[in-house]
Amino acid sequence: MKFKAIYYVNQFFGQIGGEDKAGMKPMFKEEAIGPAMGFNTLIKEEGEVVGTIICGDNYFNENKEESMKFIMDIVKKHNPDVLIAGPAFNAGRYGMACAGVGSEVNEELGIPVVTGMYIENPGLDAVNGTAYVVSVPDSAVGMRDALPKMAKLAIKLAKGEEMGKPEVEGYLPQGKRLTVFSDKRGSKRAVEMLIKRFKNEEFKTEMPMPVFDTVEPADAIKDLSKATIALVTSGGIVPTGNPDRIQSASAQKWGKYNVADIDALTGNAYCTIHGGYDPVYANAVPDRVAPLDLLKKNEKDGVIGKVFDYFYTTTGTGTSVGNAITFGKEIGQELKEAGVDGVIVTST
Amino acid sequence: MVKEIERFGIPVVHMSTITTISEAVGANRIVPTIAIPYPVGNPNLSEAVELDLRTKLVKRALTALTTEVTEITQF
Repeated sequence: MKFKAIYYVNQFFGQIGGEDKAGMKPMFKEEAIGPAMGFNTLIKEEGEVVGTIICGDNYFNENKEESMKFIMDIVKKHNPDVLIAGPAFNAGRYGMACAGVGSEVNEELGIPVVTGMYIENPGLDAVNGTAYVVSVPDSAVGMRDALPKMAKLAIKLAKGEEMGKPEVEGYLPQGKRLTVFSDKRGSKRAVEMLIKRFKNEEFKTEMPMPVFDTVEPADAIKDLSKATIALVTSGGIVPTGNPDRIQSASAQKWGKYNVADIDALTGNAYCTIHGGYDPVYANAVPDRVAPLDLLKKNEKDGVIGKVFDYFYTTTGTGTSVGNAITFGKEIGQELKEAGVDGVIVTST
Repeated sequence: MVKEIERFGIPVVHMSTITTISEAVGANRIVPTIAIPYPVGNPNLSEAVELDLRTKLVKRALTALTTEVTEITQF
């Protein structure tokens, strides 16, 4: 008998629509749709995709409980041998959804889950050792390579075969420790590793330590009425015409605009160029993304000392962590030198 | 960006809808917002009610900046 797979995709890969459909509620179709079709072909000898769950990225992330209730009901009803989600590439909301679906289905129902993500996708952290995640490139051009890798893992898991190490099977390390037998005892291995290090030779640790990069919270502002507050957004709000040509996705730069003499980011003068969300509401009232109007009002009312003369902006969608770090350093440097006391960063 | 700006010793408050991402990237002060396409607003409300909501969200952000924290904190 063939094994059963259920597939999870977002509104885009589910062929419902783009950002304008990102608010759609989850639905289930008893057929293979989008990447599930290619996947189905790859497993057809041994398994079958019995249906595809499609959910809008915004809807999932904004209504996780309702979405998961629907999804869990479907999964319980069909009781698949494996659940496949994505691949989500570097799409953050899609990655969070794949991780959310994957971890709950795996933890609550014990069904193995396979997904695919770019190494910088924020969803990867949220998977937290539940789903098997295939490392995929940052955009959908990697679909062709991703699906066979995901299919290979899915077949193994569905058939209950033993899973090998990450580097052998092609998934990202899950942070799990396995007992393995070695022909050399620990003290010997440790000394050998130490000698390799002394000689500057390549060595491989048996237990990689997690890297925690946290920043100490900065001290709070003592007197808000004397403080200068700066506004920063990753929501892609720019002066109409986008004079600095900031990219609508995978930003390579940021912009700053003088807002000293205006009271709000009005819909005529400003707009969003962000390619990762439906721009209708932000274009009507850009202050919904970057609330300059209310900061100015607080300044006028004496609640805050001053709104910093410049407002900083870039696009957060698909932007690499490396670029985001550079932008943060450059903007932080300017704000520090200008004596800014506090910063509001808004994200979409 | 939030983290790198805070590294300069300036308190930063992150207003974001997907707070799980915000926490994952290491924001210390977080104000949960309304929705991805309109974090600080809600076009489904009447103008007056939306203004009231927006005023409260910004006030919460300012409160966050004046509150000492030692770990990731949602306001």
